[in-house]
Amino acid sequence: MSDFWILLTGSLVAACCGIVGVFLVLRKMAMIGDAISHSVMPGIVIAFLISGSRDSLLMMFAALVFGVLTTFLIGMFQRSGIQSDASIGVVFTALFAIGVILVSLFARQVHLDQDAILYGEIAFVHWNVWEIGGVSLGPKAVWLLGVTLVVIIAVIGLFYKQFKLCSFDPALAAAIGIPVAFFHYLLMGLVSMATVSSFESVGAILVVGMLIIPASTAYLLTDKLGSMILISVAVGVASTILGYGVSVVLDASIAGCMVCAAGLLFIMAFLFSPSHGLVIRKLRQRSLASSVNV
Amino acid sequence: MSQTANKEYTASEAAAPLTISGLSVAYQKKPVLRNVSFQVKEGELIGIIGPNGAGKSTMMKAALGLIPSISGEVLVYGKSYKEQRKLIGYVPQRESVDWDFPTNALDVVLMGTYGRLGWFGRPRGKDKAFALECLEKVGMAEFADRQISQLSGGQQQRVFLARALAQNAKLYFMDEPFAGVDAATEKAIITLLQELKKQGKTVIVVHHDLATVEQYFDSVLLLNVELQAFGPTADTFTQEKLQRTYGGRLAFLDQGRGERL
Repeated sequence: MSDFWILLTGSLVAACCGIVGVFLVLRKMAMIGDAISHSVMPGIVIAFLISGSRDSLLMMFAALVFGVLTTFLIGMFQRSGIQSDASIGVVFTALFAIGVILVSLFARQVHLDQDAILYGEIAFVHWNVWEIGGVSLGPKAVWLLGVTLVVIIAVIGLFYKQFKLCSFDPALAAAIGIPVAFFHYLLMGLVSMATVSSFESVGAILVVGMLIIPASTAYLLTDKLGSMILISVAVGVASTILGYGVSVVLDASIAGCMVCAAGLLFIMAFLFSPSHGLVIRKLRQRSLASSVNV
Repeated sequence: MSQTANKEYTASEAAAPLTISGLSVAYQKKPVLRNVSFQVKEGELIGIIGPNGAGKSTMMKAALGLIPSISGEVLVYGKSYKEQRKLIGYVPQRESVDWDFPTNALDVVLMGTYGRLGWFGRPRGKDKAFALECLEKVGMAEFADRQISQLSGGQQQRVFLARALAQNAKLYFMDEPFAGVDAATEKAIITLLQELKKQGKTVIVVHHDLATVEQYFDSVLLLNVELQAFGPTADTFTQEKLQRTYGGRLAFLDQGRGERL
């Protein structure tokens, strides 16, 4: 049974991250995803200290606040003339450091260790179940990720055209009256939600891999936004299954194997994608060259 | 405005398509547009001319509310542009978007209909048919399913034009639609502009090629941070006024009239 819960949790992480990851990649904001995944830390710890539990709504809310604060600060520094990559580096490391201090100060009071935050503990996901009146309803992480996925699908589904136009041509979006800043922060809110729901399972570092790698793989495989989202989720789920299988064989970190598998699938797409693949392009050039020579 | 006199107008529509008064814009304390005021007539093609850094694109963006202005008022058909967005079409510079975005030509044109769809509306069959019609008008119907990165620069520009048509506006802002396009596209664009004019629409174009100004535009606006001159092309596109706008950079204008800067 634990296999099932781990695979389900991993697939839900892949779906949440895969959908919002597409928009991060298309808006050239991959590193913002990285920044958010780290700087939600202090929010998570503060919420943990207040509520004493790891699955509260408060934690989600605190992470949202810090995620949106991160993007706001980065944007503010960029607008006042700091280089964009430097702004990202300054904001997320400083906020992450505050989180590290908080964990080291209060780690004994609250059950929250640095390893779990950095690397996740998907292997133990089925131990932390939600019970009502003695009836087990399954792991809490699955519920949290499930709700997050529903929210992400609902928001993106409802405002698909706005997210699409804001990603492709923000100037036209603003000109026809779409509140571009609102949708920017809405997306950042969704990224924060996906990150905080996932970090418990795969950790703050590897969640970036799940945000960016499957979406980048999908980018190489299709020319349609809708298919890119579906492929991104599919690649994420495939990485989960493949990675878990390898981790069982090797007896290695599950989250680590999942993200490695995602990296491997990316390399495959990079080399063999029918439209963008390096090998395919070379082969095509060679056949073109020989047909010209003949 | 005489050609549209037979149409019944509401009070706001009777006003000029665009009235700008005292518009100033500054980036980091440096003024890039100072106290610009003018009013355009309905049904005209207007060229905005000026050297690099003169604030041509900036003026367009400020008029559309895309960048903040430090002072000034912009009225579209007598009301704030915010109330009149549906009457405005916009063609940004082609380089302003990522043409590797996963989408096809028809889909980009369809984006022109988004403004009418409201918060939750989705483009439907009739919107798609209309978008295809717009692609046809720029001679790009056969490329409807083509991924946009596989189009040439001129074809991409025509897709942008088609998208503006899909906005079905009365007042168009176009930021350098003729920049870096092939001859076929240039011809397609100018034919389209004439067509829009015939329908009584007003088109404001940021333009670089001095050689074609007299041929293309009814009115010319000369800009170099401040408004230098504005009026019918014959009176405004003169050596003296151009000299003032471009400073010393415009030598041999009489001979140079036929050449690109």
